[in-house]
Amino acid sequence: MSRLGQGKKISLALEDGTVLSGTSAGVAGTVAGEFVFNTAMSGYEEVLTDPSYAGQIVTMTSPMIGNTGITLDDAESTGVHLAGFVAREIVAVPSNHRARLSLPDYFQERGVVAATGIDTRLLTLRLRDRGVLRGILTTEEHDPAALRKAAGEVPSISEIDLVARVASRERKTLLPEGPSSLRVVLVDYGAKESIAHCLLARGIGVTVVPPRTTARQILDEAPDGVILSNGPGDPAILDAEVEEIRGLVGRLPLFGICLGHQLLARAVGARTFKLPFGHHGINHPVLDLREGKVLITSQNHNYAVDPSSLPAGAIRTFESLYDHSLEGLWFREGRIYSVQFHPESAPGPHDARSVFSSFHAILMGEDP
Amino acid sequence: MPKRDDLRHILIIGSGPIVIGQAGEFDYSGTQAVKTLKEEGYRVSLVNSNPATIMTDPDLADATYMVPLTVEKVSEVLERERPDAILPTMGGQTALNLAVALARNGILDRLGIVLLGSSLETIEMAEDRGKFKEAMARIGLSVPQSFLVRSLSEAMETLSALSFPLLIRPSFTLGGTGQSVVYNREEFSRAVLFGIDQSPIGEILVEESLIGWKEFELEVVRDKKDNAIIVCSIENVDPMGVHTGDSITVAPAMTLTDREYQTLRNAAIAILREVGVETGGSNVQFAVNPRDGRFVVIEMNPRVSRSSALASKATGFPIARVATRVAIGYSLDEIDNEITKTTPAAFEPSLDYVVVKIPRFHFEKFPQSDRTLGPQMKSVGEVMGIGHNFREAFLKALRSLENGTDHLMPVSLPEDPDELDRRLSQPSDRRVHQIGEALRRGVDVETLARITGFDPWFLREFSAIVSMEMELGEFRGQPLEALPEELLRRLKENGFSDRALARLLDVPEGSVRERRRALGITLHLRTVDTCAGEFAARTPYLYGTYHGSPEWRRPSTGDSVVILGSGPNRIGQGVEFDYCCVHGVMALREMGVEAAMMNCNPETVSTDFNVSDRLFFDPLTLEDVLEVLEAERPRGVVVQFGGQTPLRLMKGLADAGIPILGTSFEMTDLAEDRERFRDLIDRVGLLQPRSGLVHRIEEALPAIQRIGFPVLVRPSYVLGGEAMEILYDLEDWAEYERRIASMDFRFPLLVDSFFSDATEVDVDALGDGREIVVGGILEHVEQAGIHSGDSACFIPPRSLSESVLSEICRQTRVLGEALSVRGLMNIQFAVQNETVYVLEVNPRASRTVPFTSKAIGFSLPKVAMRIMMGETLSSLGLSGHRPRLLPYTAVKEAVFPFRRFRGADILLSPEMKSTGEVMGLSGDFGGAFRDAQEASGMSLPGSGTVFVSVSDRDKTAAVQVARSLHEAGFRIVATGGTARALEAAGIPSDRVLKVKEGRPHIVDLIKDGEVHLVINTVSGKQAQKDSLSIRQETLLRNIPYYTTIEGAKALVLALEKRPESSGPRSLQELHRLLEEGAGA
Repeated sequence: MSRLGQGKKISLALEDGTVLSGTSAGVAGTVAGEFVFNTAMSGYEEVLTDPSYAGQIVTMTSPMIGNTGITLDDAESTGVHLAGFVAREIVAVPSNHRARLSLPDYFQERGVVAATGIDTRLLTLRLRDRGVLRGILTTEEHDPAALRKAAGEVPSISEIDLVARVASRERKTLLPEGPSSLRVVLVDYGAKESIAHCLLARGIGVTVVPPRTTARQILDEAPDGVILSNGPGDPAILDAEVEEIRGLVGRLPLFGICLGHQLLARAVGARTFKLPFGHHGINHPVLDLREGKVLITSQNHNYAVDPSSLPAGAIRTFESLYDHSLEGLWFREGRIYSVQFHPESAPGPHDARSVFSSFHAILMGEDP
Repeated sequence: MPKRDDLRHILIIGSGPIVIGQAGEFDYSGTQAVKTLKEEGYRVSLVNSNPATIMTDPDLADATYMVPLTVEKVSEVLERERPDAILPTMGGQTALNLAVALARNGILDRLGIVLLGSSLETIEMAEDRGKFKEAMARIGLSVPQSFLVRSLSEAMETLSALSFPLLIRPSFTLGGTGQSVVYNREEFSRAVLFGIDQSPIGEILVEESLIGWKEFELEVVRDKKDNAIIVCSIENVDPMGVHTGDSITVAPAMTLTDREYQTLRNAAIAILREVGVETGGSNVQFAVNPRDGRFVVIEMNPRVSRSSALASKATGFPIARVATRVAIGYSLDEIDNEITKTTPAAFEPSLDYVVVKIPRFHFEKFPQSDRTLGPQMKSVGEVMGIGHNFREAFLKALRSLENGTDHLMPVSLPEDPDELDRRLSQPSDRRVHQIGEALRRGVDVETLARITGFDPWFLREFSAIVSMEMELGEFRGQPLEALPEELLRRLKENGFSDRALARLLDVPEGSVRERRRALGITLHLRTVDTCAGEFAARTPYLYGTYHGSPEWRRPSTGDSVVILGSGPNRIGQGVEFDYCCVHGVMALREMGVEAAMMNCNPETVSTDFNVSDRLFFDPLTLEDVLEVLEAERPRGVVVQFGGQTPLRLMKGLADAGIPILGTSFEMTDLAEDRERFRDLIDRVGLLQPRSGLVHRIEEALPAIQRIGFPVLVRPSYVLGGEAMEILYDLEDWAEYERRIASMDFRFPLLVDSFFSDATEVDVDALGDGREIVVGGILEHVEQAGIHSGDSACFIPPRSLSESVLSEICRQTRVLGEALSVRGLMNIQFAVQNETVYVLEVNPRASRTVPFTSKAIGFSLPKVAMRIMMGETLSSLGLSGHRPRLLPYTAVKEAVFPFRRFRGADILLSPEMKSTGEVMGLSGDFGGAFRDAQEASGMSLPGSGTVFVSVSDRDKTAAVQVARSLHEAGFRIVATGGTARALEAAGIPSDRVLKVKEGRPHIVDLIKDGEVHLVINTVSGKQAQKDSLSIRQETLLRNIPYYTTIEGAKALVLALEKRPESSGPRSLQELHRLLEEGAGA
C-alpha cells in the first residue's frame, strides 16, 4: 500500500466559507461530505468502523487520537465507511497490548483521507453554532477560493442513498453459544456488529438480512422478532425500507436502534427532522421516563423523531437530557420498542445495555 | 425529587491543618459544601481547626467552631448545636475517621444525628481492608492478594503465601501514611511494626506489590436513584509503586481503548453500589497489567479527595458541590451543569484538551530524608497544566512548579550503564528530568520503558520534546531571526516556554518574546467547558494555549482586576496566600469590579471557577502572565496577596508597564534589599540587630566577633544543605566552618546578631499610602531564631508592656509611611529588654493574615483590596484604628510533616518546616494553647512521666518548668546534667542514661512506653546528632514533644487545671463579643 499522502498538506473547507489546513495522516485525495463532531474520548476505532458515519467527515474533539492504535477486534464492521477523518493530533505510534497496527497505517490500508493538526475546537464551535455543514477535505487543492467553491457544491446527504452503500448484501445467521430458543431477524442498514453480539450474549440467535428484504421474506423466516439496525443518512429518503417495515407492524415484535428507530417511527406515521448538529458522543444523558433514571448513552445521529407527529398509542420511553429530543418509543399493543441511542454502545458506557433486556422481555411476551 | 426536608441543620467536618496528603483541596470541597448547603436554606455548622481556610470564614457557615477535631471537642459542639445531620465526606480522611469515631461512641444515635453522603457501614467497608476485599470478591473483582494482620508474628506467616516485593498498608490512615514497599525480610519486619503503630486500629495489610502495573483512577458520583456518572478518568504517568499523590498524572486516561475503559467504568460503578455509596462522590483506583490488560482494584475512597479536586478543575465539573446536593437528596438530573447552565449534571464531561498534574516536593527542607518515592506520599503540593496536547500540558505544569524548572531540565546522570539503570529505576522527584537526559544521550524508548515501567506512550512524548530541543539546538549561536517561524510556532505549540527557548538558544528571554510576538505567535485563551465545545459555556474558566486561534475575548464591560495567585503549595507558601487572594476577589466582587484570578494550583479555593468572574488556569511565569494580561487588559494587577510567586514577577510586570495595584515595586524592592533597607531603618531612626556581610572566609570570624555571639548565619546559596544556623560560640563556628568547607557554598555569608532572650513579634498592618493602622500584634511563643512560620504565636500579646506595644505601633507607622504602603504589610520585630528591633518588613500579605483576621474579627485582605482600588482607611471607617482588646486569646500552632520524612530531625530552626497551622481559641492563654496543641495532633497527657533533657543555657528556665510539672503530679526523668540542675533546685527526678552512655537508655524507656511527654532542647550540632534518636522515637510513638524551652513554658500553662469550661463557642459568637466590646 502506498504511503502517498502522509505528511502532505491537507485542507478542509466548509460551505460557510471556513477554511482550515493541517497535515495529512492518511491517503492522498479529496473527499466530500457532511462535517460532524464526535466528543468521545475513547473508541475512535469503533467510530471509524461504524457504518452510520457514511457520507460524513468526522471530527474528533478529543485532542490526541491513535494512542492505542488499531486492535481490529474492536471494529464495528469490516471497513471504514466515513468519508473523512479529522483530528487535532493523530498519534503515529500506539501503545496498547492489543494494538495490531498504528492508526496512520490503518488509514493507508483502508484508503482513508484523514487530517491531523486541525484546530478542531474552532471547527467544533462552528458546527455547534451554525449546525451541520457540508464541505470537503483534500490533499489536492489548497487555494481558498477553489476550496470554498468546492465546499459549496457538495450535495446534501439527503440526496444520497447511503444505506445501499454500506449495508450488507447477504443473509447470514449467527447462533449463540449454548442452546437458543429465540431467534430474531436483524435488518442491516449499516449495522454495528456489537448489536448482534449483544443479542447473542443473551442467547438470541440472529439472522442478518439486507436492508430491502421484503416483509414477506422476513415473515417467511418466522423469527421471534425483528430488529431494525442503525445506519447512515436521512431516514426521510428511505421510503422503500419504510414500506417493508409497515408490512411487519403488528405481525411480530419490532425493535429499532437509531436509524431503525426513525424508520419504525415513520412506518407508524411519525415524521423525522434534522437536528442542528446532531448527537455524536458517548456521554449523552437520557432520562428513562418510566423509571426516572438517567442512562449515559452512546449516540450518533443527525435526525430525530418529531414527538408531535406520534400516533396514538405511542409511549415515550426515553428523552435526551441535553435537548429533550425523543430518545425512545414503545407501542404496547404493536409490540414495538425502539431507541434513538445505541444500547450496544461500542464505544461508550454500557448503561443502556438493559435495552436488550427490554427486547428480550417483549420477545417473551412480557412488558419491557 | 427535591432535597430532603426532614433536615434543617447540617454540620460539616473540615480536614484540620494542612499536612502532606491533606491540603487545600479540602478547603475547596468544604467551602463548596458550606456554600451549597446555605444556598439550599439549611442552617450550617462547621468544625475545623485550620484558620487559613476560606470555609472557616465567619460569614460562610452559621456557626464556625475552631476546635480540635477530636471526639471529645466535636461532641461538645454537637451537644450544643444539635444538628440533624453530619456531612463527613468533605473533610478528607480526617473527617471520615472522626465521623466513624463519633458514630461508634454512640453520640450520633443518642442525639439522633444521621450521616450524609456515606453511612458508617459504607465507610467501614471502604476503609477496612478486610471488609473491602470481601466486598470485591462478592462482585467478582480482583484485588491484589493480601492479608490483614495485627502483629509481626501474624505478618511473618503471610510470607509463605506471598513473595517480595510486598506492600505494607496500615488501615485507616491518610495519604499512605506508614505505607512502604519492602524487598526483604529485614525491611519487612521494620515496616510491619511501623505500619501497625501508624494505624489507629493497629492493623496492616500485607499485599502483593504491583510495581510496574499502570494505575488509573475514576471519579464517580452516584445519587439515590442509582444514577452514576464518571466525572473523570485519570492515568498515572508514574506506574504503580508511587503514591498517586506523588505521581505525575494525566486526564483523561491516555492509553486505554474504549473496551478497557468501559470495563473499568463498569467496575467502578459496581464498587460504589456494593460498598453502598448512595449519595456522593468517590474515587476508585485500579491497577492494570500492561502486558495483558488484567486489572485489579486498589482502593476506593467514599468521599471527595485530592483526585476529585483535580478532576473538578480538570473538567469544570464541581464534584464537591454536586456531591453535596446529591447527599441532601437531589438526583443528578435535577442539578444544573454550572458551566453551561443549560444542561444537567447528569452527564460525563468530555475534554478537548489534556491536563497534567505534577506534584511539588520540598525535600530541600529535610536534607537528611530519603528522596525516593514510594507508597507513602511525600509531596507538599501540586500544579496542573492544561494544554492542547500532552506535551504542552506537561511542560506548562513543569514550569508552574516554582522550583526553577522551566522545561525537562538538564541533570547529571551516571555514565556507567548499570548505575544508570539503577538510577532510572528508582522513583524520585527528578525522574522525568533524568528520563529526558537519558533520551538526550540516545537511550531508546523501549529500554527506558523496561527500566522505568513508564508506558512507552509517555516516553515517546518526552522523546518528542527532546527531539524538538535537538532541532532547536541547530540555531544556537545564530541570530533569532534565523530560527524558522514554523519551528518556533511548533515549539510553542508543544509547550516550550520562552525561558526554556532562551536557555536553549542562549539568548535573553525578552528577545525570544519579542521575536515571537513579531511573528504573531501569541497565547490564545480557550474555555474549559465540560463538554468539548458541544454547548456554549456561560462561565469563563479559561486556559492558554499556543495552538489554534483565539476563542475567548474579554467582554468590553467595566474595569477588571487580575489577582495573581500563589502557585503550588510548598513549605513557606501555603494556603494562607490563597486565602488572601480569595478575599481580594470577594472584595472586588462586593465592589462591583470584575475580578479575574490567575493560578495553577488545583488544590485551591481560588481556582474554583465560581469564585471569580474569570479564572485563568495557567502558570504564574512572566511569559504566561504577560500573555494573559494582553488579552484581559485589566485596570491593574494585584501581586501582594499571592506570596513569593507573584512577587518574583513584580519587576518584570513593572518593566512591561503593567499597572500594579497597591504598594509600588520600588518600595517592595527596597524592603527586600538588605543594604538599602538598612539605610532606611537608620534614616527613620529605628534599630536592627547588628549584622554583616562576609565575602571571604577569613572575614567571617572578625565579623562575627564584632557582632558578638550568638549569631544567625545564612549563606546566600548552598546546595542541598541547611541554609541557616545559629552559632553560640567559637566551637560552633569551628564546626560550621568545617562543614561548609565540604559544601558547594557561595559567599556572601550573611551574619546577624541573634537575640537569645528576645521575644519575637509579628505585626499585620494596613496602609493606604498616607495612614497606617495596626490590625493585630502577635507574640511568638518560640524565641527569635525559630522561623516565624514554625513558631506558635498568639493574640493578644501577654508579656509585652504597654509602652512596648505602643512603640511597636509607632514603628509600624513609621515603616509603613516610609514605604508608602498601600494594602497589607507585615513586620517582624524582636523585643529585648524593652527595646524594639526591626527584623523584617514585608509590604504584602503574610502567612499570619488569615489567623489575624479571624482573631480580630475582620478581613485584613478585603480592606487591603478596597484600599488598592482607591478607598482610604478613613473612608472605610478605620482611620486611627487601634488593635482591638480581645476578650479571648487566639493561639496559632504550626503542624509539621516530620512523620513523612523518616530520618529528618524534628528540631526547629530558622528554616521553616511546617506545612500548616491550627488555631486554638479560649478565654485564657493556657486553654487556647492546649486546644491548639490538641488540634495539631499533640494529645497532652494529664499525668505520667515527662522526660526532660535541656541544653545548658535552658537549665534555669527548665527548673521552673520541671517544678510546675512536678507539682502537677508528673514523674520526671532527666539526663545527667539536667537531673543535677533539678536536684540542686530541690526537684525530684530519676536520672536516665543518654544513648551514648550505655543501656538501658532513654530511647529504651520511650520504646517501652514509659514516657508520656518529652522536653528536649539542644544546642550545637554534636548534641543535636547525639539526641536525634530520642526525637525520632518520640515522633514514631506520637508522644507530645517540645524542643524549645518557651514551648515547654507554654505547655505548663496549658496543663494547669482550669475551671470547667463553658463549652465551645463559635467564631461568630466570639466576634459578636468583640463588637459589643467595641460598642461599650
